[in-house]
Amino acid sequence: MSDPIIKIENMNKWFGDFQVLKDINLSVEKNKKIVVCGPSGSGKSTLIRCVNRLEEHQKGSIIVDGTELNENTKNIEQVRAEVGMVFQQFNLFPHLSILDNCTLAPIWVKKMPKKDAEELAMNQLKQVQIDDQSNKFPGQLSGGQQQRCAIARALCMQPKIMLFDEPTSALDPEMIKEVLDAMVNLAKQGMTMIVVTHEMGFAKEVADEVIFMDEGMIVERANTKDFFANPKNDRTKLFLSQIL
Amino acid sequence: MNKLNFLKPDKNNLYVYVYTGSALLFISIFDVFLSSFFNINVTSYLPGPVSLLLPLIIGLFGLHLIRIEFSGLKYLDLLNKNINTSNFNGALTLLIIFAIIMATPPSLSWFIFDANIAGDTKEACTGSGACWTYIKVWLRRFMYGMYPNELQWRINVSFILLIALAFVGYFSGEKLKKFLTLYYVIIYPIIAYILIYYLISGGSFGLEWVETGAWGGLSLTFIVSFFCLIFCFPIGMLLALGRRSNLPTIKYFSVGFIEFWRGVPLITVLFMSSVMFPMFLPEDFFMDKLVRVIIAISLFEAAYVAEVIRGGLQALPRGQYDAAKSLGMGYWKMHIFVILPQALKLVIPGIANTFLALVKDTPLIFVVGLMEIAGMLGLAKTNPKWLGFAMEGYVFAAIIFWIICYAMSKYSYNLELKYKTER
Repeated sequence: MSDPIIKIENMNKWFGDFQVLKDINLSVEKNKKIVVCGPSGSGKSTLIRCVNRLEEHQKGSIIVDGTELNENTKNIEQVRAEVGMVFQQFNLFPHLSILDNCTLAPIWVKKMPKKDAEELAMNQLKQVQIDDQSNKFPGQLSGGQQQRCAIARALCMQPKIMLFDEPTSALDPEMIKEVLDAMVNLAKQGMTMIVVTHEMGFAKEVADEVIFMDEGMIVERANTKDFFANPKNDRTKLFLSQIL
Repeated sequence: MNKLNFLKPDKNNLYVYVYTGSALLFISIFDVFLSSFFNINVTSYLPGPVSLLLPLIIGLFGLHLIRIEFSGLKYLDLLNKNINTSNFNGALTLLIIFAIIMATPPSLSWFIFDANIAGDTKEACTGSGACWTYIKVWLRRFMYGMYPNELQWRINVSFILLIALAFVGYFSGEKLKKFLTLYYVIIYPIIAYILIYYLISGGSFGLEWVETGAWGGLSLTFIVSFFCLIFCFPIGMLLALGRRSNLPTIKYFSVGFIEFWRGVPLITVLFMSSVMFPMFLPEDFFMDKLVRVIIAISLFEAAYVAEVIRGGLQALPRGQYDAAKSLGMGYWKMHIFVILPQALKLVIPGIANTFLALVKDTPLIFVVGLMEIAGMLGLAKTNPKWLGFAMEGYVFAAIIFWIICYAMSKYSYNLELKYKTER
């Protein structure tokens, strides 16, 4: 068994007086795909936002690829450069073209020459099939195209881990498939992924393990088959019966 | 009842209504035109109030007749939709048209027909209109202040050079494009400073030294506004970022700074800068009055710019910060490439507003004895040989300020269009 690439131990987080995450223990090995599900407000998003420290945790430790996340800004930036993230609301930069969205971080964070960055970006855009839109601005694209661009943008940093925060929740139903296809593709290439989603079909197809969260705790963690076939916890059963 | 039909315009007899209505409208406007331009009152045989109101009544009736919805005539529909939606709007429109027509003859005669421009003395002004002779005689003072006449070419040369250098951006090649920001933000102001220091101020290279107290007029307005605009913008930007910083020292310093400068009147600041400030300086330390004034105004306006920019920063969704951070960008990279470009784009109208206010605040520097264009006017109107021409002077200054400010507001509007991208 190889060393886990993400290791979270006894992590606790509060928003003011409200405890969002309680004693989270989670380790993720390289190349594993993990789907996190649970009712809204259960802390799923907060959990993965903690992995690249968009949210600070107050207790416990998070170690990503050997780097501990703490007050040290240098550590944080290093981790963030290795961890790509895709958001529910796409969060593309509206003032930059699709191509510039993808090349911005490689050029300025990784100090990649502009030409190489553009080549890389075009490759990634081709993977998600929007290379023909590279000169347009985000506002001119459909939601599905924007989300695929966001995936390409994250991949341009050549991350070791990809985090997806409900990537299909803000999309029109007919666009969900194109984004999921891009994610399935990525999974097949062996990327380490943590995906917060309600798309159970995607979970069944891609995930190695599924985590069910409720009220800030990891209620159940099982490999995909077991999770859907015979969930152990009552709350998991209830949740699954409601969404399947 | 058939006879009352004409009160309800309809599409069946479209052209009858349109022609009658237009004719009535024309008559009403023509009547006002005659009475105000040629003093002919066609309806003088009627009692006073009726004669006065008649054009309005005829015009309103005309507008009523042409108020036909979906007539299919493009201009008529446009007219009805925008200024002739109801009797009330029609009346307002007519009153405004009448007011413009009535105001035209007196202003034309004051500005042009009864005005004088010949001659060099007050006596040349015999007409009842404006005395442009006064402006003509004093023009050099209004433009250059007390700057010696034979040296004024130095101001002209440096201004022409500066304007030429400002257009460098249009001619630079693709390769140099990325240095343009650097050029405009840092190099250009330095060149401007050097030009003004060596050419306008003089004192070296065999050029006679002219003290800043002698500078004045429109050229001083430009110099003060130019440097204040250039300095207050970056300072304001840093203050805006500082106010949102997580570091308490920086945050409270920024808050304190902004609130202090916004809380005091500009006139006090200027007065302090020239009277109080030198007392705190070491004996042998000399700082020119003009420099102190520019610093004072820059800091003052920076506080306003900071609040405007902060508004833009707050308008950005949090997702933009998240996305930039998740790509590994640090504080400065995130702000320079992602946050500020969007925030500044949002606040172009607000910044333009502040800058216009700044330009129009520059006359206040008279309190420390610097005479830009409005200050020179104040001086000229109290000259014993030229008493009684304050009106011409202020109209002249108003026109000049209007041209400057209108150009700036047009420019800001163009910037807005240029950087408009769909969200």
